[in-house]
Amino acid sequence: MQRIGVFVCWCGTNIAGTVDVKAVAEALKNEPGVIVSTDYQYMCSQSGQQMIKDAIAEHKLTGIVVCSCSPRMHETTFRKTAASAGINPYMVEIANIREQCSWVHKDMPIGTEKAIILGKAAVAKVNLNAPLTPGESPVTKRALVIGGGIAGIQTALDIADAGFPVDIVEKKPTIGGKMAQLDKTFPTLDCAACILTPKMVDVAQNDKIRIFSYSEVTDVKGFVGNFDVTIRKHARYVKEDVCTGCGACIEKCPMKKVPNEFNLGMDNRTAIYIPFAQATPKVATIDPNYCNMLKNGKCGLCAKVCAAGAIDYTQKDEFIEEKYGAIVVATGFNPISMEKFDEYAYSQSKDVITSLEFERLTNAAGPTAGKLLRPSDGKHPHTIVFVQCVGSRCEACAEKGKEYCSKICCMYTAKHAMLTRDKYPDTDVYVFYIDVRTPGKNFDEFYRRAVEEYGVHYIKGMVGKVTPEGDKLKVQASDLLLNKQLHIDADLVVLAAAIEPDKSARPLATLLTASMDTNDFFTEAHPKLRPVESPTAGVFLSGACQGPKDIPETVSQAGAAASKVIGLLAKDKLTGNPCVAHSDEMMCNGCSSCERVCPYGAITYNDKEFRMPDRTTLIRRVASVNPAVCQGCGACTVACPSGAMDLHGFASSQIMAEVDAICK
Amino acid sequence: MLRKRTKMMKVSYFPGCTLKNKAVQLDIYARKCAEALGVSLEEIENWQCCGGVFSTAKDEIATKLSSVRALKEAKEKNRPLVTVCSACHNVIKQTNHAMSTDAEFAGKVNRYMAEDTDYAGETEVMHYLEMLRDLVGFDKIKEKVVKPLTGKKIAAYYGCLLLRPNSVMKMDNPENPRIIEDLIRALGAEPVMYANRNECCGGYVIMESPSLAEKKSQAVVENAKSAGAEIITTACPLCRYNLLKNGADIPVIYFTELLAQALGLKEDTDEQ
Repeated sequence: MQRIGVFVCWCGTNIAGTVDVKAVAEALKNEPGVIVSTDYQYMCSQSGQQMIKDAIAEHKLTGIVVCSCSPRMHETTFRKTAASAGINPYMVEIANIREQCSWVHKDMPIGTEKAIILGKAAVAKVNLNAPLTPGESPVTKRALVIGGGIAGIQTALDIADAGFPVDIVEKKPTIGGKMAQLDKTFPTLDCAACILTPKMVDVAQNDKIRIFSYSEVTDVKGFVGNFDVTIRKHARYVKEDVCTGCGACIEKCPMKKVPNEFNLGMDNRTAIYIPFAQATPKVATIDPNYCNMLKNGKCGLCAKVCAAGAIDYTQKDEFIEEKYGAIVVATGFNPISMEKFDEYAYSQSKDVITSLEFERLTNAAGPTAGKLLRPSDGKHPHTIVFVQCVGSRCEACAEKGKEYCSKICCMYTAKHAMLTRDKYPDTDVYVFYIDVRTPGKNFDEFYRRAVEEYGVHYIKGMVGKVTPEGDKLKVQASDLLLNKQLHIDADLVVLAAAIEPDKSARPLATLLTASMDTNDFFTEAHPKLRPVESPTAGVFLSGACQGPKDIPETVSQAGAAASKVIGLLAKDKLTGNPCVAHSDEMMCNGCSSCERVCPYGAITYNDKEFRMPDRTTLIRRVASVNPAVCQGCGACTVACPSGAMDLHGFASSQIMAEVDAICK
Repeated sequence: MLRKRTKMMKVSYFPGCTLKNKAVQLDIYARKCAEALGVSLEEIENWQCCGGVFSTAKDEIATKLSSVRALKEAKEKNRPLVTVCSACHNVIKQTNHAMSTDAEFAGKVNRYMAEDTDYAGETEVMHYLEMLRDLVGFDKIKEKVVKPLTGKKIAAYYGCLLLRPNSVMKMDNPENPRIIEDLIRALGAEPVMYANRNECCGGYVIMESPSLAEKKSQAVVENAKSAGAEIITTACPLCRYNLLKNGADIPVIYFTELLAQALGLKEDTDEQ
């Protein structure tokens, strides 16, 4: 029999305002096992905790029930209190009589009655509690960052700065991501390349960082501190360590009509290519879909001109296996496809472009060398219409777009509009918006400047239709403030396309058993308090893979993710959560139900030998739980048809005892 | 070698009022072409007007009853219900959708009709164009063309009712459709792409505000012509009426007429 102490907290008036705490303490006195039951104004305060410690010593308590706030708030506090007084921390139970009781009830008798019931349930559970000891596992002191955009770059630099080795896996031939494609950055208008490329160089030169470019993660096994990852390094048909990036091969390559993805197909590149001048690593890559040598064995010019002898047409994909202690997801975003938004005539006119295409058109390294020229005829556009929220906040048309706000479009559109007016003052610029959202440091001031100093026409309303006619784009729109229809003859229409997570995110989430929301953004462990951690231990989130973000926010989050990784890698051993599932092998019938429902991949099946009473040996397939991976969600205990699965700390018998106490 | 005679496919057919007077060409050639393509259109017995406009007032059932009766007859014969007029199609398909998804509405209709069996939206409603695409196949139509419309630049005019609301109609992408263009290609002509092909012609607004309908219709014709169209083709009698009424100076003909020309069932007269 346990010797239980019950401690009822007032939480000032938070609890005591609606719950008669003295009555609760009194009522719980007579529950089985309860030796002492008392109340106090603030149980979590130093003197409150001392009260618990004294009671443990005085009454030789073996179990504690604290009737207070949510266990999310102070379970750890009271476990520590118990441990310092010499009893196992897992002998503490919290009855939540604040969030689930006093805060939701207004009537004192009802609140009190419920608090008593919750307290009784906790006492019933503690009666069946057993001391638990968390296990330990070692930590591989190396981090993996998946994605080499600004998020991945910043995370990797910060982790390396703390002295831990980091690998970046980037599926493109170079790191840099979306930021490398941008022209200027809001709200200070510094050039994206000028602030990004030094960081790319830092990554390349840091001896703690390895870059696996043109590579993908194909398999992830293991658990926090001990991930086994397989990386597929695509054949680039160029020896990375030999290529000097001189570019002679690119000049000679006869295949010059390959759509250049870096410029979003607005110009062409060669079949052997370096995506852009500051590419990191600065080595060439052969595109096997276009290279004549790889397709039909005719050509070989690049190999002839390569002084370093770096070309290798026989190169094969390579698989690299590496161990990591932590994984950071930084897979980023893409603008959504405009194919379902034909009302804007994107597929019908070259002069209807997306904002990212506009970035390339205004970028000095872009297809027009930074001159704002129409893609159709190379002329200066004199009237430009920007359409915001194309596919964002699109509740009525969920099959086309996204319900969420893409967050970055208001600011980059203000930037585009302002820069256009600054460089080409003879241009009329219209911006159609639902709302202008500018929450960020110096953001609203920036937008006001676009309107007030640069004379951008901001019009509240949406564009309904864009009709190419001759060399004009007839824009039909509504002005909601004047309540009238507008018709504008535009030369260029720029669509602020909604952003969505990269397509690689979903299969990656499956590999990592990390959870995602319905929009394929990775879910954080807690939306406010644990924003850079995935609910899967050891997996961290950086940048737009978790939700739409601008650069300042991405960099802050990247640093936060890095600090979480550093905190993990700094440990030599990890203490697990002992409240994990375990299987009774004698009861397990090998049905695999638990394995199928486990969201963390913690359950495996093995054939095991059992000695039978008649001394024969029986081989049976039974489940076993890896306690380091198990998060204690309990899904398997429900799925198990034979009752073999049970959860330490939340055993079925304990839950039933609680239910019985409540229903008594 | 003996060629196996293909069996005629039977479908129920709802022509609609306009096809019996203003738009007889739409009806006549729909029937002739279907027969030539191996589909037998069996007209619904004693059909009545579809209601003209699908009323969005949820408590209104009177104008929807005739649609339900037609749908029910097709269900009893276990056939899809084929329509050809855009407005009829829109009303019947939306009514069918309401019968299968809005239990309150369906209950009210069934209680009012008080027949032996209830109707719950079981019939498949198919526009004639969908029948051509999905039952016959544009490839097969191409094979059957005897007088290809080679060299003709034809603008498909969808109007607003045929494709919308997309969640119910599910015929084609409402903002960038291709079903009529694909048919035009199968007939050997060249489809003309233009932005206003899925815009409204003004519709019934012509009764109340002729100038607005004129503006809308002219925008369609001008846009089609500037894209190089020599002929405009449509499935909607009201669209055709509005375009012609508001001064279209190129032929506006029904798609069934084009089909009939290419199949050798109609002289190419470009008559209005």
